[in-house]
Amino acid sequence: MANEKKPGVFTGPLWTNNPVVVQVLGICSALAVTTQMKPALVMGISLTCVLAFANVIISVLRNTIPNRIRIIVQLVVVAALVILVNQILKAYVYDVSKALSVYVGLIITNCILMGRLEAFALGNKPFPALLDGLGNGIGYALILFITATLRELFGSGTLFGYDVLARFVNEAGYDGYQNCGFFTMPAAALIILGCIIWYQRAKNPDLQDK
Amino acid sequence: MKLNDYINEKIDPLFQKGGKYEKLWSIYDSFHTFLFVPRHTAARKGVQVHDSVDSKRVIMMVILALVPAALVGMWNVGYQHDLALGINDGWFMQFLYGLVAFLPKVVVSYAVGLGIEMAVACMKREEVAEGFLATGLLIPMIVPVNTPLWMIAVATAFSVIFAKEIFGGTGMNIFNPALITRAFLFFAYPKAMSGDEVFVRTGSALCNSPIEGTAVVDGFSGATPLAAVADGTFDPVTYSTMDAFLGCIPGSIAETSTLAILLGACLLLVTRVASWRIMCSVFVGGALMSAIIAAFSENAPTVAQQLCLGGFAFAAVFMATDPVTGCRTNTGKYIYGLFIGVMAILIRMFNTGYPEGAMMAVLLGNACAPLIDYCVVNSNISKRAKRVNA
Repeated sequence: MANEKKPGVFTGPLWTNNPVVVQVLGICSALAVTTQMKPALVMGISLTCVLAFANVIISVLRNTIPNRIRIIVQLVVVAALVILVNQILKAYVYDVSKALSVYVGLIITNCILMGRLEAFALGNKPFPALLDGLGNGIGYALILFITATLRELFGSGTLFGYDVLARFVNEAGYDGYQNCGFFTMPAAALIILGCIIWYQRAKNPDLQDK
Repeated sequence: MKLNDYINEKIDPLFQKGGKYEKLWSIYDSFHTFLFVPRHTAARKGVQVHDSVDSKRVIMMVILALVPAALVGMWNVGYQHDLALGINDGWFMQFLYGLVAFLPKVVVSYAVGLGIEMAVACMKREEVAEGFLATGLLIPMIVPVNTPLWMIAVATAFSVIFAKEIFGGTGMNIFNPALITRAFLFFAYPKAMSGDEVFVRTGSALCNSPIEGTAVVDGFSGATPLAAVADGTFDPVTYSTMDAFLGCIPGSIAETSTLAILLGACLLLVTRVASWRIMCSVFVGGALMSAIIAAFSENAPTVAQQLCLGGFAFAAVFMATDPVTGCRTNTGKYIYGLFIGVMAILIRMFNTGYPEGAMMAVLLGNACAPLIDYCVVNSNISKRAKRVNA
């Protein structure tokens, strides 16, 4: 039975049970850090690491944690991991860390984390928990990445800070691309997320609300 | 054979189910109902309104009401151009200049908007809804004359898809699509939507780049009266209220002339297309708020100036009265109108980021309209329940 579950545990959250567009968790950070691609990518990787490690640790401890204080234990584990990640970011990619500001710290309160710890890690062995953590983290990162790509491309005309659109249009001999300021606003992220959800529901009719 | 019979017998079956052009039925039907009396009116028995006034004809009224504002707006575009150049080539040339600058915007907005609407209608095999006929004319009327055509196309596409079709098309939208277009432009391309240089056309009429041999001014910069209000340099004496009322001040294309807008308002009120409750209460709310501000601040515009400047009158007459996005209950209409009037002046005076508050105020009013209606209906229910229980 465990063998049947494994692929689903990892691949499910990537698309058909995606934490952002299906479970609609972690929206705040998806709106806040997706103006540029670099912070979005770093945020996605950070969350994936924290989620994978937290899932494994909680899964290892699951039989020793008293039920009444399990939330506090989860928070301690997550907080320790988040502080680690935050320190690493500050040490190696300081500018991205500044761009992400409080949102790395706020991984602690990210609904995806608590949701996966409560729903999966507490009831499963470490290896499936690792897969589940990776799957959900990458699923989150994927949506962040798509959103950030569109927002940076149309909002600033760049990808990873490299001038794409303006250069391309200029060579063709036009006036150059005019940045659409709307895409740098959180409202645009919400609309892009909505479009992803729209597309996904259209492809998977069983996800549609009855 | 008469034209009507010919159409009914030869052309009609092509578009019906099983016909050659079955998929284009929506488009055919939209032209047919546009050109001819609707085929289906209410049955001639029972208590019903028997006439052919459908929403296409209601919306034609709105378009007719927009005509005076559009005409004066076009003339004003040419007039401002002449002022900037320091020449005067007569009102007809000025009008012609404005017409050439205005018409492409109308064509683009209709082509993009109706194109999307027809595509969606064909996909759903529904009738093409008429709502966009008014929206498509409103959009070019509320943008600065220097707005590039592609911006209008992008913004129109955005608002038709995300403010209208997503909610289910005409009659289902929460926000006024024309104002969403304006808001999108305002947030996406702020430099093209406000500031000193966008309201007066300085290039040739058709495109912005100067054409050889035509007289152009480049880099003309003059603050609109509203911009002066926003940055605190407004002087109530230099801006004549009469100019603002008649419409010879710089501004978005068709919102400058309060007189022409009021002419349109008369038509809307006489034909009962627009609600007088909303229209009046917007003006009352705006007047009230400007009176309060004028009483406490020395160089604030007077009440008359506040009502004539910027897009306030246009928003009150054509935007706030949109029956789809406004309040339905009569009490609600008063509250809704007052709210919009007060907010428009408040945003205009105290938020320096937004020189004109009318657009934001109406959108905010749209968002609040269902809540206002809900409160009015519920308070009525509880009032009557009390009477029953007493």
